[in-house]
Amino acid sequence: MAEKVLMKGNEALAEAALRAGSRFYSGYPITPQTEILEYLSTRMAEVGGFFVQAESELCGINMVFGAAAAGARAFTTSSGPGYSLKQEGISYLAANDLPAVIIDVMRIGSGLGDIFMGQGDYWQLTRGGGHGDYRTIVLAPNSVQENVEMVQKAFDLAEQYLHPVIIASDAGIGQMMEPVELPDFKEHDVNKFDWAVRGCKENENPRYCQNIYYNMWDEEYPLVKEYGDYPTYLTKKYATIEENEQRWESYQVEDAEVVLVAYGSSSRVAKDTVDTARAQGFKLGLIRPITLWPFPKKAFAEAKAAKAFCTVEVNILGQMGDDVRLATEGKFPVGFAGNFFAVPDPDDIIATAKALLK
Amino acid sequence: MAEVRLPKRIMNSGGWCQGCGHGVVVRLIAEVLDELGVADKAIAVEDVACGSMSMSGVLKCDAIMAAHGRPIPVANGAKGARPDSIVYAHLGDGSAYSIGCAELVHTALRGDNMTVIVVNNTVYGMTGGQMAPTTLPGEKTASSPKGKDADRYGVLNVVDLISDLNCTYLARGEIYDVASTAKTKAMIKKAFQNQIDNKGFSLVEVLAPCPTNLHMTPVQCKEFVHTEATKYFTLGEFVDK
Ligand SMILES: Cc1ncc(C[n+]2csc(CCOP(=O)(O)OP(=O)(O)O)c2C)c(N)n1
Ligand code: SF4
Ligand SMILES: [Mg+2]
Repeated sequence: MAEKVLMKGNEALAEAALRAGSRFYSGYPITPQTEILEYLSTRMAEVGGFFVQAESELCGINMVFGAAAAGARAFTTSSGPGYSLKQEGISYLAANDLPAVIIDVMRIGSGLGDIFMGQGDYWQLTRGGGHGDYRTIVLAPNSVQENVEMVQKAFDLAEQYLHPVIIASDAGIGQMMEPVELPDFKEHDVNKFDWAVRGCKENENPRYCQNIYYNMWDEEYPLVKEYGDYPTYLTKKYATIEENEQRWESYQVEDAEVVLVAYGSSSRVAKDTVDTARAQGFKLGLIRPITLWPFPKKAFAEAKAAKAFCTVEVNILGQMGDDVRLATEGKFPVGFAGNFFAVPDPDDIIATAKALLK
Repeated sequence: MAEVRLPKRIMNSGGWCQGCGHGVVVRLIAEVLDELGVADKAIAVEDVACGSMSMSGVLKCDAIMAAHGRPIPVANGAKGARPDSIVYAHLGDGSAYSIGCAELVHTALRGDNMTVIVVNNTVYGMTGGQMAPTTLPGEKTASSPKGKDADRYGVLNVVDLISDLNCTYLARGEIYDVASTAKTKAMIKKAFQNQIDNKGFSLVEVLAPCPTNLHMTPVQCKEFVHTEATKYFTLGEFVDK
């Protein structure tokens, strides 16, 4: 039976990962995600799983790589500076077609930035970030309940596409307490997939989890056999994800003059701002991307009356603006109602949105 | 032609250069896994460097190719996911002692139950023979063409680095001749037996030739490792709990 409890976002996420069948976690302390590590330091043993506080994020992600190759539902968590270190392992996960979940509880800024609530990592989360031809599916929750649902969804998507999936949470959602319905426990079988390394018998072919680029010239390699070659496979994989996995929430979009675009913590304020503006007679709407990649381009077709778009983000350069310009084919002005160290104020958002109509 | 008898877990010879130490080490590991009866549940983790040629149709074991420097945490992850499997990391000196040094030290500190086999050929083999932390003083490499300046770069010895940590077994062998190879094989065997017995962290370093990058013939290189490298890297069992 699902349980209803009052929980902090980070802890609810950790508990939900266990309920999704994950029994493998390795992480490193960094604010504002540390509660996940702390929670799992005792909770993982209670469910019979593997927990380790790793010596660095590099170690953390590479342990996840090994566990994923061996068939586990493995995950790790961090925040901006630590997520940067994880990029090596994420690129390797993508290059090996391995499922894993990585959670970034975002803070503010480049370099050390600061520990406060922020959405500083949009670019590194959505562009791949590590080396090579890859992107990752990125889910952006905006409540404690969504934290719970998305970590479960993330494992499913990771296995469906054999790909790393990222959850872009933030300090606001991670630290807030909300009532949440926890799902029942699901079991995960490490032998679910035949490709997972486990040891081979003398009369079997060994399973090699390795750089696919080395195998792309081998006509007998399964993926090459099915798709003709690796570039075709890879192109199709990303096209399929883009076509099938765009997720978003639309709020008062159809007749809106200006459509706000916001995810995570700032989308909560943006939604309230839509109500405030409409009470003043100003038709605002909101598109809330739930997947940051694939970016929900399809959502923008609904914005039939829009004359401008405006992102609401907690960073300095308005990182999501480029994606909105692409989704709207550069036909509209795209503003940025931003703030850092705090979520933007509704009055400021309304003023910025109005200025776009001039 | 004489019949070539391969160990059960070796499918073919590898693409290593003539006189390379990696092939010998992979063969020894394969024999040990078979002799200990654990080949069926063995998972090899290879560094992307020269050792990973074992994954080009050589080793008949499930295997993962890890990023340069990361075979130890990757092996640790696989072991964490499948505690009943026998997991080992096979990596070079550059991988273990330079880029992956932090991971090595902390895995030894935790005493994680796994087996690590380091092939120390005193250079970065894969990338064309640059200087490593294990390059001998005065040894010429592609990035120390006048000979290694040991005052500036030092020489890193794994025994100094981790023997006081939480190692169960720490040993160094060579593959110079039949007798020394047999000794090294016994070390490798102990390192795996410890994992089977849940005894903790075992590391065997194998001094090995890289004739290509030391610009020597296989025989010259073998002699160099045997007479010069052993001056800095003494052979023996340093920790055996
Ligand atoms: C992050 C990263 N840095 C550098 C490299 C390039 N690289 C590949 S193997 C290697 C050195 C290999 O030396 P060693 O670990 O001693 O292995 P050997 O080939 O000598 O057995 C380097 C520098 C890489 N692949 N990845
Ligand atoms: S370059 Fe050196 S380490 Fe690499 S295969 Fe050749 S001899 Fe072996
Ligand atoms: Mg080397």
